[in-house]
Amino acid sequence: MMRHARVACFGSVHDAVEIDGRLKLTDGRVVKPADVVWLPPIQPETIFALGLNYADHANEISFKAPNEPLVFLKGPNALVGHNGQSRRPVDATHMHYECELAVVISETARNISYDDAYDYVAGYTIANDYVIRDYLENYYRPNLAAKNRDDLTPIGPYFVDKDDISYPMQLGLRTYVNGELKQEGSTRDMVFDIPYLIEYLSSFMTLNESDVILTGTPKGTVHVYEGDEVVTEIEGIGALKNTIVGDSVFAR
Amino acid sequence: MYTAKLKQVYFKGTIYGVLFNFQGQLEAIGKALQEKPYNEPPKRPVLYIKPRNTLNSHRKPVVIPKGESEIQVGAALGVVLGKNATNVSVKDALDYVDGYTAVNDVSIPHYNFYRPNIKNKVRDGFCPVAPMIVKRTGVANPDQLQILVYVNGELVQENNTKNLVRSVAQLVSDVSEFMTLRKGDMLLVGVPEEAPLAKAGDEVRIEIDGVGVLENNIINEKDTFTGGDS
Repeated sequence: MMRHARVACFGSVHDAVEIDGRLKLTDGRVVKPADVVWLPPIQPETIFALGLNYADHANEISFKAPNEPLVFLKGPNALVGHNGQSRRPVDATHMHYECELAVVISETARNISYDDAYDYVAGYTIANDYVIRDYLENYYRPNLAAKNRDDLTPIGPYFVDKDDISYPMQLGLRTYVNGELKQEGSTRDMVFDIPYLIEYLSSFMTLNESDVILTGTPKGTVHVYEGDEVVTEIEGIGALKNTIVGDSVFAR
Repeated sequence: MYTAKLKQVYFKGTIYGVLFNFQGQLEAIGKALQEKPYNEPPKRPVLYIKPRNTLNSHRKPVVIPKGESEIQVGAALGVVLGKNATNVSVKDALDYVDGYTAVNDVSIPHYNFYRPNIKNKVRDGFCPVAPMIVKRTGVANPDQLQILVYVNGELVQENNTKNLVRSVAQLVSDVSEFMTLRKGDMLLVGVPEEAPLAKAGDEVRIEIDGVGVLENNIINEKDTFTGGDS
């Protein structure tokens, strides 16, 4: 099992792997996880995200599960690493977390078949695709003002190689808010599974190395507030922590 | 010298497009903005992303995907950021601009904007960008730029950035209220109403006064596969 991280410590940015609960940097130094700043483990060019890809979540927010994947894109400004902060503006009333399996693409390809799709997966990480539903508007839903705010998509802590996850479509997802379990689901309940999504996207556009697909969230999203500590966890991959902060720390 | 104000385009940033930023577009859609599924006009800039695979160049072909017969030409002023813009005022917004270029924000024609499929905007090569950026200081007023589109040499569209709903500075400011526009990102300020259509065999030329010229020929997808027998 090899878990990869990107961290800042000793005055620079490093790639690292986890060994016995510690982080080994590529230059040989070993450091405790508590002593680093965690950065997003991947630096994607294109970030795909799925809306309503779990039927139970679609019902929960009053939508029918779609006939075709509902895909939207995000910018790199949205990503923030493990132990990061996400801002909840003071006027927001409906801010929700969304625990999601993130699938990372391994190489440039077009027209990938369902049966070959896993050949183009490099591995997996965890994303928390927060939304501030107050800012949803009925144009290009879900619009970027609701979904693509700075640091609103925690990702990490680790990138895990594909070969270390035997059954990516049978992984438990859990979200804890201040230690209390609030969301629980399984990747087996995706409407469109990983190979379907890769076949679908690559049928009309070229996918590139380190592109990432955030595969949607199951039922159980609730409001979060300033000061909340939100942990999104996926079986075999890790636990991604984020803290909600208010406008004041941004001088806004 | 004019050329001293040019620099070669090489994007590593993200390209963001914006919906309905020409007054004529709002006039054309009219009362529909008050009706389902929209219910009310947009309050904040409505953005979309032209991902990396869409990046294309001057005098390179734009490919119409199989199953489609036409593409929509989206003549857009591209605003390239020179430094990270977060929550900047209208007054300061242009200080964050590195320069301007001409872009063709190509789409498959679609007339529902509620949740359009990204397929309409993200096909490979659907974002040709002119070869040069004109530095900010080389453009006296980005809100007074003539936009001309020619198909096969014939003028098919004429508009001006004076007709923007949000001026360039207003747009940069309003977007930066909810997300950082990073150094190297490019914001397309909008596509004028009555965007022309083009089909295979057409030559499309976009001119933005004092900013750039962008030419692309349009071909069908099958034409890109030369095969071995012909």
